[in-house]
Amino acid sequence: MSSAAISQPVLVDADAPLLEVRSVAKRFGARDVLKNISLNIASGEFLTLLGESGSGKTTLLRLIAGFEPPTAGEIWMSGERLDTLPPYKRRVNTVFQNYALFPHLNVRENVAYGLRVQGSPKKEIAGRVHDALKMVKMVEFAGARPSRLSGGQQQRVALARALVNRPQLLLLDEPLSALDANLRKQMQSELKALQREIGITFLFVTHDQEEAMALSDRIALLKDGALEQVAPAREIYAHPATAYTAQFIGQTNLLRGEIRRGIATCGALRWPLEEADGAVRFSLRPETIRLSPEGKRQTYEVKFRATVRQQIYGGASELLEVDCGAGQLLRVRLPACGPLTGEHDFVFSIADAIRVAD
Amino acid sequence: MYSRAYKTIVSAPPLLWVALFLLLPYALMFAHSLWAVQDGALVHHWNLANYKKLLTNPLYAEVLFRTMRIAVSVMLCSLLLGYPLAYYLSFHSGPRKELLYQLVIVPLWVSYLVRGYAWKTILGSEGVLNGFLQYAHITQAPVSFLLYSPFAVVLMLTHIYTPFVFLPIYASLEHIPRPLVEASQDLGASPASTFLRVILPLSMPGLLAGATFAFVLSLGDFLAPLLVGGSSGTMIANIVQTLFGATYDWPLGAAISVCILLITLSLLFITERLEKRWSFK
Repeated sequence: MSSAAISQPVLVDADAPLLEVRSVAKRFGARDVLKNISLNIASGEFLTLLGESGSGKTTLLRLIAGFEPPTAGEIWMSGERLDTLPPYKRRVNTVFQNYALFPHLNVRENVAYGLRVQGSPKKEIAGRVHDALKMVKMVEFAGARPSRLSGGQQQRVALARALVNRPQLLLLDEPLSALDANLRKQMQSELKALQREIGITFLFVTHDQEEAMALSDRIALLKDGALEQVAPAREIYAHPATAYTAQFIGQTNLLRGEIRRGIATCGALRWPLEEADGAVRFSLRPETIRLSPEGKRQTYEVKFRATVRQQIYGGASELLEVDCGAGQLLRVRLPACGPLTGEHDFVFSIADAIRVAD
Repeated sequence: MYSRAYKTIVSAPPLLWVALFLLLPYALMFAHSLWAVQDGALVHHWNLANYKKLLTNPLYAEVLFRTMRIAVSVMLCSLLLGYPLAYYLSFHSGPRKELLYQLVIVPLWVSYLVRGYAWKTILGSEGVLNGFLQYAHITQAPVSFLLYSPFAVVLMLTHIYTPFVFLPIYASLEHIPRPLVEASQDLGASPASTFLRVILPLSMPGLLAGATFAFVLSLGDFLAPLLVGGSSGTMIANIVQTLFGATYDWPLGAAISVCILLITLSLLFITERLEKRWSFK
């Protein structure tokens, strides 16, 4: 431990976060774009800022990059205060939404830009630029102007241009949103593989919850300038803290009901729940509901009878809309089950009904 | 697709206009430069004597070089004024942008002559500037080099052509996507470095267009030297004007005009090539 610490020029506690956002707020005129945001990012982590447009996710990224000053709060990186430094003194690099490649420079010069302005030796620049282009498979386009490249190729160059500087933190502002669906999927897996390979911390901004789940170690969900929930992708999906989170990330059934004397009642659905009396909301994911095997019901399960109103075939799975009576509609996702009509018995585990805040 | 008749009807007027008011006068001018004057009358006697006179009489070369020196000075001065102004307006003026833009444009509405006489009033020996200098006891007697000198011509032309230099530069600066500036800073470039490596190269087309405006317009100017130039500030266009208006030597005047036209055309040719080299769409 001590020998490792001595050989490292920078003494950073291994458990200390790389980036700390401390009670940061941002106000544009009369509008609070960010409200009291506190967020830590661990070294080597892939963290996604997820939110609808206008939720403040890009603003938070711009505060970290240094393009805007925070109205209140502080940002720290590896024990150094960041928010007082101009952008060109931060060891942070950004991949911009529309790539922002320099049109008057070719691919090689674009990638070399950061090293050049910092006065790295020419020989070193050539080697590192070549390695960076190789990493994103763009070596053969080194002499091309950005205007000659496709969207996906420009994307790779933008990535190489940022990574060649070996930033401590890479910021990505909806980098895939300009690509078509197929290319997007491909770039997603390349991006994830790249991040694992080089071990640089990624802070990724997107409005696409599927993309967030596919890429991230953790997701920070923003709503109206405040953090709604910060958790690993699996946890935020399985245990959403609020109704908004449950709805925004994946599909869900939001049940409104009440608990009285140890029984939870949501319309036609009732199950025992030893919690304090009062109004409650539950999130019940469509895939946690199954067709009930004849006759049997475990004590930890809730069984109900419902009429199939609609069935949408989706290949590997099918989405049903069922009516549990009195117009209470639930969405049910079943493995391919063939056409279903009329009344059926359905079942779900009590543990899958996640209590969420409003 | 448009029919042939339609295309003919639409394209005929502009072609006719160009032929009648540009090509024909140029042809006439060129023809005149090859004719001669005998006993005060124009004779259609083809010769190259006018061009020989231009090459042998040092007066013409001297005035032409002075004219180009003045044009280059005006170009440099209006770039030095116009570029920083355009840069400030485009990048740092914030909500006052529209107002400042209008303030730059307003002088264009004021007559050229009015502005010329204004400079006469400012620079003359009884003028505003000399009055102030003597009032402040900086000078004892009126300073005479201010008016009727190449300096006065450069000053007046710079004042008049700076908006013409400002406009194309401003337009090209406004077209630079702002994320490029942020990307440059993000990659570690200081504001000065960002200016030299990103903003200046990307505004090159506007800068070239503005420089060409100032140079070409100054090269052909005859009012500024007439109003504030005096004899030491005479420019080539004044000589052309005298040859046509006073001495009735149209062939020699036409020969000088052909030379100026050739200089201007070759310059436009060069700047167009340069502008292409610096455009990245």
